[in-house]
Amino acid sequence: MHTRDRAGRPEVRIRTRITDGSLDAPGPFEDLSDGSDGAVLIFQGRVRETNEGRAVTGLGYQAYGEMAEKELRAICEEAATRFEVGAITAAHRIGELEPGEASVVIGVAAPHRAACYEASRFVIEEIKARLPIWKRERYADGDASWVGAPDSGGAPAASAPERREDVREGEG
Amino acid sequence: MTAAGGVAPVSGRIRVRTLFFGVYGEKAARREGTADLATGSTVGDLVATLRDVRGFDWLPERVVVAVNHRYAETGTPLSDGDEVALIPPVAGG
Repeated sequence: MHTRDRAGRPEVRIRTRITDGSLDAPGPFEDLSDGSDGAVLIFQGRVRETNEGRAVTGLGYQAYGEMAEKELRAICEEAATRFEVGAITAAHRIGELEPGEASVVIGVAAPHRAACYEASRFVIEEIKARLPIWKRERYADGDASWVGAPDSGGAPAASAPERREDVREGEG
Repeated sequence: MTAAGGVAPVSGRIRVRTLFFGVYGEKAARREGTADLATGSTVGDLVATLRDVRGFDWLPERVVVAVNHRYAETGTPLSDGDEVALIPPVAGG
């Protein structure tokens, strides 16, 4: 049974990391979950071999390490307050990756599947919106460019990522 | 708090450490530096200094900035020793 916090809510177990080690295995997760979780969902994001029609030979991920660690944890803590989940794990890879390698892994355990899917989706979308990590694509023709940078045709930075209203979802 | 650079800034000034990530690091030809500003300066003042004094005119006027690991606004005040990161569009995942 999960331990409970002061308000009597089950405490959500969270584990996060920014790593230059391989993420191709889902990673330790079973120890975060227990018999009260009837659903476990693992999402893996991988380097795709093409982007916008260009053949990608590899990706280099750069992170603002200290902030990325804090922000990834904050994202998971927000997910824990929004959805009825028992455990969340999220890891993001940095360094040089080849097509097919995992760049991000998110695991969610919850009593029911709906909260798993919602929490997992929330975590990946927030990672994409605000985790301070950048990627440089290398192409078959020898060219390389920072993804999303103004020169590469991406949207220019306008303001800090928007914070969503702190409203709990998935509860009656 | 100690100043970000070795020698303390002159009286009435603060010194912040600046970090440039992703494409900004490439354009600035550096990953980090320092900037001396008047006491009471804000994030917006720092960005204006980088654009106008340092010649980093490629920095958007409303560039995303983090102060001491937290996203900040243009009007966020800066203190001596702060770590200020200039954040290009993020691309995690």
